[in-house]
Amino acid sequence: MQKYSIFNLVKNAFSNHQNWDLAWKDPEPKEEYDVVIIGGGGHGLATAYYLAKEHNITKVAIIEKGWIGGGNVGRNTTIIRSNYMHDENGLFSEFGMDLWRKMSQDLNYNVMFSPRGIINLAHSDAQMNVYARRGNSMRLNGIDAVLLNREQVKEIIPMADFSENVRFPIFGGLMQPSAGTARHDAVAWGYARQADDMGVDIIQNCEVIGFDVSAGKINGIRTSRGNIKAKKVGLCVAGSTNILAEKLNMTLPIETHLLQACVSEPVKPVLDSVVTFGAGHFYISQSDKGEMVMGGDLDGYNSYAQRGNLPTLQHVLTEGIAMMPFLSKLKMLRTWGGIMDMSMDGSPIIDKTHIDGLYLNCGWCYGGFKATPASGWTFAHTIAQDRVHELNAGYSLNRFNTGHLIDEKGLGTKTWIS
Amino acid sequence: MLYIKCPHCGMRPQIEFSYGGDASVKRPELNKEISDKEWDDFVYNRKSLRGKHLELWQHISGCRQWIKVERDTATHEIFKTFKADEEVV
Repeated sequence: MQKYSIFNLVKNAFSNHQNWDLAWKDPEPKEEYDVVIIGGGGHGLATAYYLAKEHNITKVAIIEKGWIGGGNVGRNTTIIRSNYMHDENGLFSEFGMDLWRKMSQDLNYNVMFSPRGIINLAHSDAQMNVYARRGNSMRLNGIDAVLLNREQVKEIIPMADFSENVRFPIFGGLMQPSAGTARHDAVAWGYARQADDMGVDIIQNCEVIGFDVSAGKINGIRTSRGNIKAKKVGLCVAGSTNILAEKLNMTLPIETHLLQACVSEPVKPVLDSVVTFGAGHFYISQSDKGEMVMGGDLDGYNSYAQRGNLPTLQHVLTEGIAMMPFLSKLKMLRTWGGIMDMSMDGSPIIDKTHIDGLYLNCGWCYGGFKATPASGWTFAHTIAQDRVHELNAGYSLNRFNTGHLIDEKGLGTKTWIS
Repeated sequence: MLYIKCPHCGMRPQIEFSYGGDASVKRPELNKEISDKEWDDFVYNRKSLRGKHLELWQHISGCRQWIKVERDTATHEIFKTFKADEEVV
């Protein structure tokens, strides 16, 4: 594989950049693989990469119905953080933060990781107390957290509304300085390029139409491009999890919901951190192109549509304007939607299943993108070793039966309530 | 914007309603032995169908009645609405 470097950039400039290698191949599916990963999104590509890199398993195929990186890894708001209170979420995400910091070097692909910090705003004394508690829990798990008072927040985001007579005055906030953003497409492409180089077959435009299961063991999958035998199969299909689960006669603690995001027209640099509104569900950052990247609530009803409705967008942006009034002057450039695998406690599932050789990775709710490397790493471990790693031991499927839920937000089973 | 025909009030915009989830989920009968599986299926497990989906909505800014709505989760088309106690045919 050609290394991406300044020298190769110069060298290829002499031939007008016409002679670069393809970043990944377009192979025909083989008859049999050791591991088949269904879903060519961030998590699936990362899983294949770590299977090859950490476990030396290279007879691997990624089966993708559309094109790689066309789902949620290309539709998110690129936020990376580990500001969780519960141990399972905190330790898992912080392990991921380490992988994020090394990712550009590791993949030889600039993922533009930008640790610009995230601030969760507080709008009451009670909320400040809750944030102090969460910040302390984070620090006990080795995650950086700083409780900011009103004046300290004002220094970082002076453009927010700090007037006294607003409905939700800013009391302060909880900041994770090491959190940030990354170029989401580059994450998918970087993983794909390295996985392909190590021998993984990336098979696009290939829909899974069924599974070959006998005597409680998986033997392969049936696809729109023929049958493929596999010793092990991993599901990484986010919002489409229930569709494939139905083909396996499984019902899962997952509902598929619609989440929208949008960007404004590009403006000059104004916001150099990620900020979330504390009295509703709204988050904002500014991309390197200058667009304000914004998102918030689910549309609120089961949906596979990948496109949303305006009432939710209006609701979310109303919160944004309450927090940063200057946003009302900006024009909307683009809006889009993705379908989320909302789990019943708000935390993911990375586990084995009752079918031998079938592994499940789903339930990422609002937070799939930032989990990409840690999810791929632990899922690869779970598949390769046929047992969960201690980092994803809490993300078991049977926690809904045993009662060991990880309900970070305390929302319960009504996934559409935010 | 979705428009939902409340069986009590007529056609109203989506913002008058709040969502209540899959209407096909049945609470296990009282005073009956309930297995863990039945309870899990009631509390957590969902089919989350792609296509025709029967769901509960509440006309929260209207008559406040719970209703059942048959809606396509892929296209958002609403086929039919029912009163909460009405049999779905």
